[in-house]
Amino acid sequence: MGLLSSSVSITRYKVDGEIQDHLIETIMEGLNKNSITEIDNEPIEKTAGWASFDNPYLPDFETSSCVIGDHFVFSLRIDKKNIPAKIIKKYYTLEMAKKLTESGREHLSRNEKKEIKEHVINVLSLRIPATPNIYDIIWNYEESSLWFLSNQKAANEELETLFSKSFRLKLFRLFPYTMAEFNTGLTDKDRDILSTISPTKFMD
Amino acid sequence: MLDVSVAYDRYKFLGHEFLTWLWFIMDVDQTGIVKTNKDMVSLEMDNRIVLENSLDDRIENIRIKGDDAGLEEAKISLQKGGVVTELNFAFKSGDHEWKFNIKGESLNISSLKSPETGKIEKNDDVEGAVLEKIYLYAKVVSLVENLYNQFIYLRISNKWDDDIVPRIKKWIKS
Repeated sequence: MGLLSSSVSITRYKVDGEIQDHLIETIMEGLNKNSITEIDNEPIEKTAGWASFDNPYLPDFETSSCVIGDHFVFSLRIDKKNIPAKIIKKYYTLEMAKKLTESGREHLSRNEKKEIKEHVINVLSLRIPATPNIYDIIWNYEESSLWFLSNQKAANEELETLFSKSFRLKLFRLFPYTMAEFNTGLTDKDRDILSTISPTKFMD
Repeated sequence: MLDVSVAYDRYKFLGHEFLTWLWFIMDVDQTGIVKTNKDMVSLEMDNRIVLENSLDDRIENIRIKGDDAGLEEAKISLQKGGVVTELNFAFKSGDHEWKFNIKGESLNISSLKSPETGKIEKNDDVEGAVLEKIYLYAKVVSLVENLYNQFIYLRISNKWDDDIVPRIKKWIKS
């Protein structure tokens, strides 16, 4: 879901760590080095990388800026080739029949079957274009806060991995425990109480 | 700090209690939360609530949806020991209204609809539109964070067991 859509979902993160020097240049370099690469003509099923917010299909962090106001605004793009299982089954069956005829045997070993399946998926991967999914990101560096505009578990996990790799900063997802943990107004005594707290029974 | 995945499961009940408390506050008296949240006119439950009830060997989910949906069934679920796991809100601030959903276990915001913004007619309008959207989303993010902080302070105080829980119990039975 895009930042400018009529309806969005937001997963909130706290960014842990600091960039020592040349903030904008360092972030642009991290984005550039880990930007999405096309896999349409590659035997690869899935890839993830950064894309520019204003032009996610032709990411170019060298010429486009991702700074808007006090925020870094960019996107995570995850490209995945969705090969229908029935198509894999069809070509797998045809390849197996071909191999059996060529070898004059009645059966193939488990390893041979596995190799045929991998070969079929690789060949089909070259013919099927990847479906791009784009998730926008709003990063307020000064406030150590990042919003990821998706609640999808797999997309969030991709974000956490790629962010850490690109900027050497850790993302902490905000949920009931971490929101309380990062609340700077709590005293040590409050935190002790929180650590031993158990569910309330609203009915006797 | 606890391992994050352990902490997520161990403390998700706090998110469920937070939503239950919010429903109670919105239903009974929201003066307190209006006072402490700048610019808030009102916070109402909108058209969706999800509750979870752990029975002997299974979990029962109750979803109530629709503008004219009655909440009697939701209250009955609370009476049986259920908890609120998702809640849909309508939030008014100034002349504007936001609608959004909160999931208790993650406190993730979903289906967030913010007030209408100006149309983008040319490329130069994009930056302004992005800033306007960020400003509007920040209103909801701040609201959720403020309310949760209010809840946490209350939850770890004696007031929770001595005053709030008895009042919530009475409300559930009403």
